[in-house]
Order: sequence, then C-alpha cells, then structure tokens
Amino acid sequence: MEMMRKERIDRGVRVRASGLYAISSWREMLYLMGPPLALIIGVILLPFVLELAPYWKRVINIMCVYALLALAFDFLANYVGLVCLGGAFFVGVGGYLSAVFNVYLHFPVYLAIPSATICGAFLCTFLLMPCLPLRGVYFAIVTLMYPLLATRAIEALNILGGTNGITGLDSLPNEYIEHYAIILVTLFFLYAMRRFVNQDVGLVIRGVKDNDQAVRASGISVTKMKAFAVFIAAFMGCFGGAYISHMYMWSGLSMFALDFSIIPMASVVIGGGGTLLGAVIGSFILVPLSEVLRNFGTFRIVIYCALLTGFIVFKSEGIMVYAMRKYHQFERWVKV
Amino acid sequence: MNDDIILSVRGISKTFGGLKALVDVGFDIGRGEVYGIIGPNGSGKTTLINCITGFIKADAGKVLFKDQNITGWPPHKIAHIGISRTFQIMRPYYSLPAYKNLIIPLWSPRAKTTGGWRGGGKTGDRDTVAVDILEEIGFERDSRVPYKLASTLPTGYQKRLELARCIAMRPEIIFCDEVFSGLSMSEIAGMLPLIEKMKGDGITLIMVEHRLRELFRVADRVMALNFGEKIAEGESRIVIENKKVKEAYLGSEEV
Amino acid sequence: MEILIYGIINSVILAFMALGFTLVYSIARVPNFAHGALYITTGYIAWVLLHKLTGFPYLLAIVIAISVTAVIGALIYRFILIRIRGMEISEIIATYAIGLAILEGLRWGGLRGGTFTLPHFIAGNVQIFGVSVDYQRLIIVGIGIVTFAALYLFTHFNKVGLALRGIAQDERAAMMLGIDSDMTAIVSLAIGSGLAGFAAILLLPLGNIIVEVGYNVLIFAIAVCVIGGLGSWGGTILASFIIGFAQILTEAFLSTHYQMVVALLAIIVTLLIKPSGIFGKQKELEERV
Repeated sequence: MEMMRKERIDRGVRVRASGLYAISSWREMLYLMGPPLALIIGVILLPFVLELAPYWKRVINIMCVYALLALAFDFLANYVGLVCLGGAFFVGVGGYLSAVFNVYLHFPVYLAIPSATICGAFLCTFLLMPCLPLRGVYFAIVTLMYPLLATRAIEALNILGGTNGITGLDSLPNEYIEHYAIILVTLFFLYAMRRFVNQDVGLVIRGVKDNDQAVRASGISVTKMKAFAVFIAAFMGCFGGAYISHMYMWSGLSMFALDFSIIPMASVVIGGGGTLLGAVIGSFILVPLSEVLRNFGTFRIVIYCALLTGFIVFKSEGIMVYAMRKYHQFERWVKV
Repeated sequence: MNDDIILSVRGISKTFGGLKALVDVGFDIGRGEVYGIIGPNGSGKTTLINCITGFIKADAGKVLFKDQNITGWPPHKIAHIGISRTFQIMRPYYSLPAYKNLIIPLWSPRAKTTGGWRGGGKTGDRDTVAVDILEEIGFERDSRVPYKLASTLPTGYQKRLELARCIAMRPEIIFCDEVFSGLSMSEIAGMLPLIEKMKGDGITLIMVEHRLRELFRVADRVMALNFGEKIAEGESRIVIENKKVKEAYLGSEEV
Repeated sequence: MEILIYGIINSVILAFMALGFTLVYSIARVPNFAHGALYITTGYIAWVLLHKLTGFPYLLAIVIAISVTAVIGALIYRFILIRIRGMEISEIIATYAIGLAILEGLRWGGLRGGTFTLPHFIAGNVQIFGVSVDYQRLIIVGIGIVTFAALYLFTHFNKVGLALRGIAQDERAAMMLGIDSDMTAIVSLAIGSGLAGFAAILLLPLGNIIVEVGYNVLIFAIAVCVIGGLGSWGGTILASFIIGFAQILTEAFLSTHYQMVVALLAIIVTLLIKPSGIFGKQKELEERV
C-alpha cells in the first residue's frame, strides 16, 4: 500500500509578506492587515449593526467583559503558567469595590470604575500573594477557593449588603458610552497584551513559565514577576467587574459566580490557548451562544462543558491556531 | 591571603529524610581560581551547589561571599550579588529563540547595575547584546543558530546557552554543574577554551565534573566528595592519587 | 463532650469525602474535580431506584448506584482523561468541566428542592456519655474505620494494591516492570469514584440530595487533601481531623455560617506555612544528585 503523508506548506503570499517586503503591494498588506482590521472594525461597528436587533445589544457588553476575563485567564495560564480557576474573584472584587466607591463614598461613575480597577488589582494581587509559590494543581485549587471564600465570608459576616448585595449604583451616562467604554478597553487590552508578551518584561514572565529555576538563577525574583503578572490579569478582571456592576446597577454575590470563572476558561480552550486573540474570539462565540441557550436554564452549562471537554480532548489547539494555520499554509498529500 | 578569598563555605550539612546528603563540608575559594568538585554519583555535588546558591536550604553551615554572610538567602538575591550557576539538567526557555533566552538574565537587576546591558531603553538593545554574548560563547553570528528555537538546539549548544545565561549577568563566580557531561569529544574541545577565557576574565569558576581528565586540565585545585563528606582537597594530581579517592571511584570493600 | 464526639464524627465524615479524591490523586496523579459530581450522582441513582421502583431493596439499590458510579469514573478515564494524560492543566479543566456538566445536568433534570432524601440505615438515637447520637452517624464512624483499615491493607499487602502504589511512585519504572499504567489508572478511578459513591450512600441520609452538596463535597475533599498534602494518606486523615474539629468548634462558638470559611481559610493558611501540606512530598528541587 502506498503510504501518504500530509505536508504543510506556507502560502506564497505569506512568504512574500514577511519582513520589509510586506509593503511591496496592496495584496501583501491586505494579507497581513486584513484579519485584524476586520476584527477591530467589525467589533467597533457592532453596536450600530445591532440597532436592528436591540435585544442583542446588551450581549455586546457582556461579550466584551468575558473577553477581558478570557484574556486574563489566557495570559496567566499560557504565559505565566498559573492556572487561575478563580476569575470570578477578580470580577467580584472589582464589582464590589466599585459599588462601595459609588454608593457609599459617592464617587461619580467615571471615577469609581478606574479607582475600583486599580484598587481591586492591588487588592487581588495582595490576597493572592501567598499562593504564588504554588504550582500547577495547587494553585488551581486554591484560586478556585477564593471566590467561594469571598461569597461565604460576605454571607457570614453580613457585610456589603449581605445576600442582597449593594443596589443603586449609577449607570453609565448613555448606551453608546456604555458600549464603547468596554469595546475600546477590550481591544486596547487585546493588542496591548499581544505586544506586551513579546517585550523584554513579557519574555521574563514567559521565562517563569518555562523554567522558573533558571529565572531565579538569573537574579530575578520569581514571586515578584508572578505578582506582577497577577496584577495585570487582576486589572483586566477588576475592570470587567466594575463595569458589569455599573451596567446592572447592582453588585451582589453573583459577581463571584462560577460563570465568570468557567466561561472565560472555556473561551480560551475553544479559541486556542496562548494566542490571546483566540481568547477574545472564543468568548465572542460562547457568549452569544449562551444567550441563545438561555431558555435551557442550567442545561447551557452542560453544553459549554461538553464543548470544553470536546475541544480539550479532540482539538486542543483551538479555533484560532487552526484558522491561522489554514490562513498561512495549505496542505497536500505526498507520497512517503 | 584572606583578601583573596572570595567564597568561603563552612560546615554545610544537609539531610534528605534519613539520607545524609552533605556532612560538614567546608572550603575556601580564592578570587580567579578554578576549583573542581569531583566524586562518584550521589556523593552530594549538586546538593552542595544547590545549598550554596540558595536553591536548597542547608540544615547547618555558613556561606560567606566576600566576608558577607549569604546563608539562607533566596536564590535570586544570591544571583544578584554575583554568584551564578548552570543547571545539570538543562532546560532552556524552550519556547523562545536562543538569543531571546538571554533577555531574561539581561533584564535582571544585576545586569542593569553591572552594565551587562548597555544603556538605552529600546528592546533592540538587549537583543544585540544577547547576540554579542552568544557569539562570544561560540554561536556563529552569521548562521541561523542564535535565532533558532532553544528547543531545537543540539546538546552542545544548549550547554553553551546555559553558560551564556550566566555570563550575561557578569557574575564573579560561576558554578558549572557538569558542563562537559553528555558532550562529544569535539564539543568538549570547543568548550575548554571558553573555560580558559572566562578564567582569563577573572571569573572564579567552580566546576562539578565527572570528566576528570578535562577537569584536571583547567582546575587549579580539586575537592573530592564521597557520601556527602569531603575526603580530599588540593592540587588535582595529589587528589587523584589519594587512597580514599581511588576507593571512592573504584569501590572498596565496604561498599 | 459533645464537641469531642461530634468532632470525631465530623472528622470521619470529612475523611470519607476526601478518600476517593486522595486515592485517585495518589495513584493516577489525576486531580479528579468531578469528585463531588460523582458523589451526588450516586445518591441520585439510589434515590431513583428506591422511589421510582417501589419495593426495590435498599441494599441492592446501594450496590447498583455505587457500581454505576465506579463505571462512570472508569469511562471518564478511558475515553477522556487518557488522551490528555500528563497535562495537568487540561486534566483539571476537563474533570472540572465533566463535574460541572454532571451537576448542572442533574439540576436541569429536576434535582431541585429538598424532596430528595435517602433513608437512614437504622433509625433512632443512642446516648453516649450523655450525648445523643443517631445510629447513622455511629455507623459512619464504624464503617469509616473499617474502610480505612481495609484500604491500608489493600494498598500495602495486595498485589493490585501494590501495583497501584508502584505506579504512584514511579510510573515509568512500574511500566518497565510490566504494570499497565493505564489499566491501573482506570482501576484507581473506578475505585475512587466508587468510594465517592460509597461515601455518598453513607453520608447523604444525613441531609438532602441537592446539587450544592456536590460542590461542597468537592471543596471539602480538596481542602482536606491540600492541607494533608496531595496524595498522602496519613495527611488526609490528620487533616480531616483538624478541619473537622475546627468546624465543630466554630459551630459551637460562632455560627454555622463560618464552617466553610474555616475550611477555606485553613487551606490558605496551610499553604502559606507549608506549601506542600502537612505530609506532602513535593520535592524541594526537581534535580538532585
């Protein structure tokens, strides 16, 4: 029997578009810039397009919040090596802080959100500090505990509104500001993070994932780098939380809900881990899907989980990596 | 004499469970010296390095670097004051190209203070320094080798990369943990001049080795360990003639 | 006296919850985050058998429920985990996702409200040193001690048990000695899931079968295992006593609300002081001469 093997070859345009030659023709430039531009413009135009279906406009915001969380998860898991199962903790901290600033301390919205983001990021980093020397399973387990602990603590101490939560937060001034605040922040963080991981600091953080001993032997404190990475992730998460609390004009125990941990994780797995872009695309797929499945109640979690497991087991590279490969390369069968 | 001693180790002991990995090991190393540590497998050589560089906490003992007590410091602080080390099990940052591996030590606070990284704030600068260092250590600049992924490099280059990672920090002491092991004769032949060169630059080298012949060519003094105990120290020729050392290597009736 | 007796009972209950999780982790090195889900599944199956088929014998229902859970555990390994073996992150995510799917699926399928209970084995109370304890709790303690002893003997003196331990210590070496690592992992997952089910059958009569219990069991199991040191038997038992008594004490002096807070805080404090748990065997450094 003839043996056949699949061979992957770079597309000609990819080769031509590498390096300085990329500016040689419109075709090459389009090849390079097309997909990202399509994404950016598409997302920015989304609120206008969805004027046709107003029900779906709210979904844009939620989609972007999840995209931010997914970015945070992807960054921590695939660039720092910390699997943080407690993304909800960031959301909760951000949401509650913003509520406290807004309702108790009477900060205006545009001050409450940024200050909650920054304070929240510091707070999360500080609280996660003890877990940073942990690795692998241990870190995952402990971070899973954090949102639960926060919920139970708020319940038990009956602080911050107890089980009712804090109500009466100011909403953002108008609908379009509400959309664009989150869309622009998401896009900013997406591309900022993509740059960041290739900067020198980013390389050091990635070094921690590959071989923390060697980083230590290079005279860099691994804990400090991890704390820095957690700070960045918490920053994104807390912004999402603060934003969401103002969107719903309410901050309660459900800010620590499992959804905020599991959907970002699923998005990353489906979108493709380690690409950052995949995280965003994954949540742009999953969140609308979950909206469609709303009628099924908790059954939608079953569907995500099935999807998640399926992707992990059968297509662990994720959509993004797959799509990139198809975009850059073609395949053909050759005889061995 | 005392001014010349750069590193002084006193009475290091370490037990793992019931196993005595190190028993009261002590030695002094002069500035610019090449000091070899030999001993059969399991004699505690790497544990000794780990204790000195802070990766393992010793149960007892003191480490003095230039009369400063650095016992129990965390590894990154020890590295920061100028004690660098290679790892026996090489694990470069696999997902990065070879030269990008050096960005990490070059980014470290030490490299910033020692001028390992020459000024400027742009990313490009560290890249060029990294390639310079790699050339110094034997990566051909004009070839593709420095730009290849670290995971695809052959062993010889990975060992060099480990050394380069140390050199990038401009350390005063380098602990080399079996840099020759697993290399072919020609690769070792290429490595020896590097060692000589580092010695010429005034770096103190402490080499843990199994390849005695190559070690003796470069080492000024040698210490032999067996079952965690120091059994001999001195010039290499004398140490190898030592009865205990011979027994340790060839086996004696007790073993 | 009450604190002492209920402390012991509570500790044994915790140890039971953690048992399956520890077993799977110590042998297959798989953190089985579906543990809580399997626990609830067993209870649910037993309930369905008892209540949908009138006159179904309780003992048979128990046996069937536990075996089904064990088979589910084995299937999870055989068809899913086997493909992602060794990738810790994926293992966690996959088992967690499976667990979530089972739990939320059950919730969707109608497991809501407080109508789901299993009968006590023997109803009634007894006075011990002036403290009233119901028979179910006494049975738990009794069976608990027997189970721990049996497991100890099984892993230390039985051929299969020794093989399991061999895998736990050094997978490659065990493989070279002709032990099929996948087969043992399947067995260990089956046993671990079966133990989760066994625990469920014993413990669920004390309360309602609700989905939240599944999450709580997972948390308690993890808490106990992390504090004791993942994969360490002695540590698991010791840790369950620590947390067990801590909880009873908080209940006596503060309020029940703080029970979970105590468990969670205990994890964080333990990890702060000793990252590998009380009896953990995390190596200080991967390379040693």
